[in-house]
Amino acid sequence: MRTVLLFLAVACLILGTGFLQSWNSALLILNMGLISAVMALGVNLQWGLAGLFNVGVMGFVALGGLAVVLISMPPVGAAWQAGGGGILLGLVLGAATVVAAVLVWARTSGKLRGWGTAAVLLIGMAIYRMVLDPSVAAVEAVDPALAGYLGGLGLPVLFAWPVGGLLAAGAAYVIGKTALGLRSDYLAIATLGIAEIVIAILKNEDWLARGVKNVIGLPRPVPYEVDLQNDPGFVESAAGFGLDATTASTLYVKIEYGLLFAVVLIVLLVLSQLALNSPWGRMMRAIRDNETAARAMGKDVTARHLQVFVLGSAICGIAGAMMTTLDGQLTPGSYQPLRYTFLIWVMVIVGGSGNNLGAVLGGFLIWFLWVQVEPMGHLFMSLITAGMADGSWLKAHLLDSVQHMRLLTMGIILLLVLRLNPRGLLPER
Amino acid sequence: MDLLNGVVALSNFVLIPAIAYGSQLALGALGVTLIYGILRFSNFAHGDTMAVGTMVTVLATWGLQAMGVSFGPLPTALLAIPIGILGATALVLLTDKYVYKFYRAQKAKPVILVIVSMGVMFIYNGLTRIIIGPDDYRFADGERFVISARTFRDMTGLQEGLALRTTQVITVITAIAVVAALFWFLNKTRTGKSMRAFSDNEDLALLSGINPERVVLVTWLIVASLATVAGVLYGLDKSFKAFTYFQLLLPIFAAAIVGGLGSPLGAIAGGFVIAFSEVGITYAWKKVLVYLMPPALEPDGLVQILSTEYKFAVSFVILVIVLLFRPTGLFRGKSL
Repeated sequence: MRTVLLFLAVACLILGTGFLQSWNSALLILNMGLISAVMALGVNLQWGLAGLFNVGVMGFVALGGLAVVLISMPPVGAAWQAGGGGILLGLVLGAATVVAAVLVWARTSGKLRGWGTAAVLLIGMAIYRMVLDPSVAAVEAVDPALAGYLGGLGLPVLFAWPVGGLLAAGAAYVIGKTALGLRSDYLAIATLGIAEIVIAILKNEDWLARGVKNVIGLPRPVPYEVDLQNDPGFVESAAGFGLDATTASTLYVKIEYGLLFAVVLIVLLVLSQLALNSPWGRMMRAIRDNETAARAMGKDVTARHLQVFVLGSAICGIAGAMMTTLDGQLTPGSYQPLRYTFLIWVMVIVGGSGNNLGAVLGGFLIWFLWVQVEPMGHLFMSLITAGMADGSWLKAHLLDSVQHMRLLTMGIILLLVLRLNPRGLLPER
Repeated sequence: MDLLNGVVALSNFVLIPAIAYGSQLALGALGVTLIYGILRFSNFAHGDTMAVGTMVTVLATWGLQAMGVSFGPLPTALLAIPIGILGATALVLLTDKYVYKFYRAQKAKPVILVIVSMGVMFIYNGLTRIIIGPDDYRFADGERFVISARTFRDMTGLQEGLALRTTQVITVITAIAVVAALFWFLNKTRTGKSMRAFSDNEDLALLSGINPERVVLVTWLIVASLATVAGVLYGLDKSFKAFTYFQLLLPIFAAAIVGGLGSPLGAIAGGFVIAFSEVGITYAWKKVLVYLMPPALEPDGLVQILSTEYKFAVSFVILVIVLLFRPTGLFRGKSL
């Protein structure tokens, strides 16, 4: 009952935006809300179900975004000829170096161990750089204004969503293998670090996804507005609704995106619910509530943690791919931990950790607030400053700082929920 | 001669910057490690506490400059630090009273406190951005160099110059003074001893009549001061920007964990380990190697292991290596 009412309330908020502002912004909030809900589901799986503290959501989201470029952009033939093989060979050599170093470490002992591993790493890295660097330079020199990267596979963009999940899952496996089983604070710092590294790689490895030059014009799974406007049949049916072609086409595109995202969200939500209520889900919660007892019962706690960590991160990766598809561009410079990691955490905590529907609700609600706090803050500041003389220094400063109200508001919301209602809007059953 | 040139180049580009950066990280990591030792949680808001303290200092510096006050060849900001410390202290004490105290009384799990500190981080970050804005500010004034590269070249006749910036000297001197005072306080005074006792064993400390609220209060005072000093030194050396301070969280935590969470000595060691590796790995060694290697072996490339953009990766890799091989950190912190 409570669930239904709260979801209705959020629906009213979004509908209200439609009536009071515009349907375009309402649909935009809805679409990003759907994506945020997917991210929140992923974090909720890790935190709510297993008690894992992952603050690297941004990195997994960005990997999902990278997948969109790698899958959907057409390959740049000239770049592949210039250095594609060299880059692939270089990457293989780099991976081989790491594997060799691990083998040396595992198979030898004594003094040989440290020096041997170091020597393998040093020589391997030198060869890796020698192979990789010239190829990278060659690739980045190919038409740098438009390409300068290898491009993707040219497959339909929807393939990128599962691939984004796979990329994120791979990264999560590596990080989980090292950091899980240590203290929870260490996992937090490790994930925070890996997220920064992923962003650094995206920003600097131009051959991969053009770095800060951004990849724009990603293919879309839905028709383009212009094509719709030139389609007489569409214009006619739009007129039937009493809409002009431009508005109708933008609304139509957003609705189609929304339907695609909703399908993903519903599938993931159903799967999460099934997982939560399965023996596996009960085991995870038992591990969360009492690790020692679970261990005593013979459960492999670290392996289960790794499993759920990989699954949750994969969901974040899928959401990241969806988001980049919606944006139509990959802009590594725009990934900020406050927005892509900590905001998702606010969603999960406010919605109710451990409750999948709660996470989804939190995703919609917090995203709505994140978008709407700015206009609301503007109103608030106008009220405060109404009494001040026009042109006063303080008034201008206060009105200017409205855009930073978001962070403050999110912090206050998080603290209030943690204090007054720590189990969230929809508590775990 | 070549050897000397090489050594000078090395000091100029690697040693001096790394020592300065290491001191800043060490001061930051000390704050993190103290909170961890006494209040028993990882404070994610530490970077933003540094930002708040620095922001107040910057505002006070501007005020002093407007009044025509200057500190001669030294940056005016040094005079403004006490005001910054006051500001940061007031803020963290208010936060403690209205936020953390509740969870302490409840004996909440550490991870809940970490999430709470995330909320505090949002608020501090928002406050900084609202009050001073998200832009980059340089607030160092006074004499820029103790020795400039040209003076050094003229003095010694070497090809390489050695520039010693005022801010670097100030950083190191201040850091040494602050650390010395802190260790004196922790080891010699009654309050300091009660803090260490509280950190070692809370129950025993309570039994022997130590007032926990007083210990917490003093801890926050010290942490706010350390954070402000670290932030101001970093800001003088580079510049002040809210977002950069938030990003410092990673190297600072890496330093604290590498040294051993909860161990003040470890935090300092960790700070320097992280700083030297960051600077060393992202530096283009060609300039130094040119002097040290015979001409036949001179490298073609820049001999830069990683580009500077990857400095986060360096702190991270060191962190992972330490966690894998010595999970309690170099100085045996109080973790698992």
